[in-house]
Parts: sequence; C-alpha cells; structure tokens
Amino acid sequence: MDKGFTPRITALLCKWCSYTGADLAGTSRLQYPTSIIAMKVMCSSRVDPVLLLKAYLSGSDGVLLGGCHPGDCHYEVGNYHTRRRFAILKGVFDTLGLESERLKLSWISASEGPKFAQVANEYTEEITKMGENPSKKKMFL
Amino acid sequence: MSSIKLDMSAHEGAAALLRHLLGSGKVRAVLTPRKDPGTGAYDIGLVTDGAGLENAVPVDPVMIANTGQILSSLTPAAKPLAVMVKPCELRAFVERVKREQGSLENVLTISYTCGGVFPIEKVIEDAFGDTIPGYFKQIASGEIVEGTRDTCKACEHFVPCNADVTISIAADPSSTSACLIYLNTDRARELLEGLEGTRSDDDFDPALTGKLAAGRKAEKEKLFGSLISGGDGLDGLIEVFGKCVGCHGCGRVCPICYCLLCDFESRSFDYDFSYFDKELAEKGALRLPPDTIFFHLGRMTHMSFSCVGCGLCSDVCPVGIPVASVFRKVGEHTASLFDYVAGRDVEEAIPVMVFKEEEFSDLG
Repeated sequence: MDKGFTPRITALLCKWCSYTGADLAGTSRLQYPTSIIAMKVMCSSRVDPVLLLKAYLSGSDGVLLGGCHPGDCHYEVGNYHTRRRFAILKGVFDTLGLESERLKLSWISASEGPKFAQVANEYTEEITKMGENPSKKKMFL
Repeated sequence: MSSIKLDMSAHEGAAALLRHLLGSGKVRAVLTPRKDPGTGAYDIGLVTDGAGLENAVPVDPVMIANTGQILSSLTPAAKPLAVMVKPCELRAFVERVKREQGSLENVLTISYTCGGVFPIEKVIEDAFGDTIPGYFKQIASGEIVEGTRDTCKACEHFVPCNADVTISIAADPSSTSACLIYLNTDRARELLEGLEGTRSDDDFDPALTGKLAAGRKAEKEKLFGSLISGGDGLDGLIEVFGKCVGCHGCGRVCPICYCLLCDFESRSFDYDFSYFDKELAEKGALRLPPDTIFFHLGRMTHMSFSCVGCGLCSDVCPVGIPVASVFRKVGEHTASLFDYVAGRDVEEAIPVMVFKEEEFSDLG
C-alpha cells in the first residue's frame, strides 16, 4: 500500500435521506474524508447495479450506495428493491472472487449527519487498508 | 395423471405423437426441430400440414436456437399450438412469460427427460447422423454423453418442470424400444384422447432418474470448480473473458436477455475521446472495443438468477469463451439468495420484482 494513498470512493446518495444526511454532516461541521465523491440520485433504486459495476471497473477504490432506512423510502419500496439488486451484485462478485468489500450499501436518514460522517470515515479507513483498486491499472477492463 | 406406451423407440414415438396431434385437428400447428435429409441442416419447423412433419426429429440432441425465445413471437396463440421443448427451453419460456414476453395459453408443451445436446459446431459435421443412434442408447442407460455441451453434462434439471406431456427418454433403459408418454395435465389428456397405445395410470417417477441426477451433480461440481474463483478475481476474469471481441452474440441468443433496448447496446455506453483520455491518463493503454468484461458482468447482474443453462451462449461465442458455464455458476449462487429456480413455476415471482421487508439485514 502506498503510504500516501487516499482512496477515491464514488458515493451515490439518495436525495431524500443519505444526501441530506451528508448535507447535515457538513452544516454540523462534522469531519469526514475528502475521499468521498458524492452524487445525488433521486432514489437508491434508481441506480442500476451496473452503474456501481462501472464505477468499480473504472477504478473507484470503493463504491458507496446510500438510501433511506428500509420502511422509510420516499417512494415507499424503492430501497427494498435496491437491497435485492445489491445482494445480486455482491453475489456475482463473491462467486467470481472479486473484492465485494469495495461495494457498500448503507442506510442513512436525513437526520443522521453523524452516521454519515461515521460511515464515510470507517469506509475510507477500510478501503485505505485494502489499498488501490487493482482495476485501475488493468488496461483490459 | 396417466400414461400411454407406444411400441417404438422414444424418438420415433415423439414424432408419431406430433403427427397424431396435427392429424387429429386438435391443434392448429406444431413446433418441432426438423432435419433436412439432403443437406443435414436443422431447423425449428412451425408446421400446419402433416407433410411438414416428415423430417421432424423432435428429440434429436440439437438446439440451434432456444425454442423458449422463439415462442415469444408465436404466443399468445389464438388456436392450440403443440410445441416440442427441451426442459431448459420450457424453463426459459416460463421465465419469459413471467416477463410478459409470451403466454402459455393454448400452448401444449411436450417435453422429455433430456440427455443433453451437442454443440452446434458438432451438429453441422457430416458424420453427426451416425452419432445419434449411439447417443440414444447411451442416454437410455443414464450415461452422460461425451461431447455434449458442458452445461448439459452438468445439468440437473433434465426432468421437465410442469410440461403438459413428458416423454421418458434419458435414464430410461426401455426408451430405445418403447415410448412412454406421460400426460400430466387435463389439456394433455384431452388433446391426446385418441392416441392409440397401451394406457395406464402410472405417474412419471423421478426416482428412476436418480443415477443420472447424481452423475450430473458430480459433473456440475467438477465444472464449477474448474472455473474462475478465489484470489484476485480480476485476473481470473481477464483470463476467461479477455478473449471477448464484443460481438454481444451471447446476449442475442440468450432466451432470458429479452430487452429490446439493451442497456449495453444503447448510447449509455458510447464514449467520446474525453472518456478514453481520462482512462489513458491512468492506464497508459486501453483495449478497444471497450467494456467487454463489463458487458458480461453486467449481464450476470441483470439476469444470471434466471439463467436456465441452455448453453447457446457458449455455442455461438466466436472465441470459445465458456460463457454458459460461468453464467450457470454465478446464476446458481444469485438464484440461491432467493431460493429461486429459474422456470420452475410460472407463479414464482422473479427475484428482482418482489422483496421481503425482513431480509438481507447484513446489507446496509
């Protein structure tokens, strides 16, 4: 692992919960690493798992998908579908021996600024320990 | 349930069954594999006139296209249609029906305990005709036939699920001289009322196929064990899929990949130079066409849980990637997350269309 390695984590966050949670972390002046590159999506279920795959193959060291807690989805059931699709994607990774730890699903509500900061910190730490995503250097991908 | 026994080999009996159905006028058309005796070419014939059945080879170990896929264009059928399907083709069709890509209404499904099929490449060899008699003997004794598709050798679903009619062939020693036809549904009993043969009340007994099932299971474990696993999966993946030329043929022939507007064929993954420029900054070199491995992983994510293991994708691959074997391995895992078996039951919802409130609590 490079000593100065700062991971790059693609975070897709739902507008109603996780992204608002990230905003709250900011306005509450909570510290979280710059490794998190946040993108706002309308719902975690709007994210085709293939997009997470694309981020992984394009060299994101970690890919974080954030949604509302189960039962709290703004669209009522979106995140239940997200959870199943995510389980499938992880299943594909596990069967093929890919590092499924580079994919993370997290439920963070709009009021959970501290949880967002905590997830960002812990996940960054975990990914830093894992090191760079090997896909970054593979021209075959 | 009930059965009819014909005094002829099972593959002759299957053809006789189709001729009877068409002759009786109870079905409008019959869909069956056929073989042109002149050229040796196989087709899937949609036949309304008895003459079209002369070359019918309903149970030959050949699959030039997945009938499950073809049936989408033929259904819903206005009038009864009898179709000859391999167990995996029936399961594929059921998966399509679940996706509103076809209907079982007015379709009489005739299937059989399947001994597996040979790759298309083998089928077009001139000598293939000589292979067939030996093949039927081998499968009757419950053997796994060398040279058949890898996914066939490893297929545990060779007994049809919910077919109207089941013909007993694989793992049935009598099938070389007798044709046992099981009528599983009222529709089958009604349409085959006039078929002459020895009738009995016997049900199909899956226990008789136990030896073959065990053999296939062992073969499956061997196959799965030989494929990519463990370590840094990326290198394994590149080893297997690195040869991909990006033709997307595997997706085209796949009975499950039904989307007319496939994501991977869409503009979503058209790139301009600015994209490549960014990639080049990191990697220094790129392999074009891009996204070949992405395509396979994407397909696995989208539909592996519905894979029926028909093996066509491996067959059509111009560079010999064992696509079907990898899909079967991955698919078995992704389906197991939901205790799902593709095509087992038309009432069983596709895993991504439903959910339970309490599940996967380790995620998120």
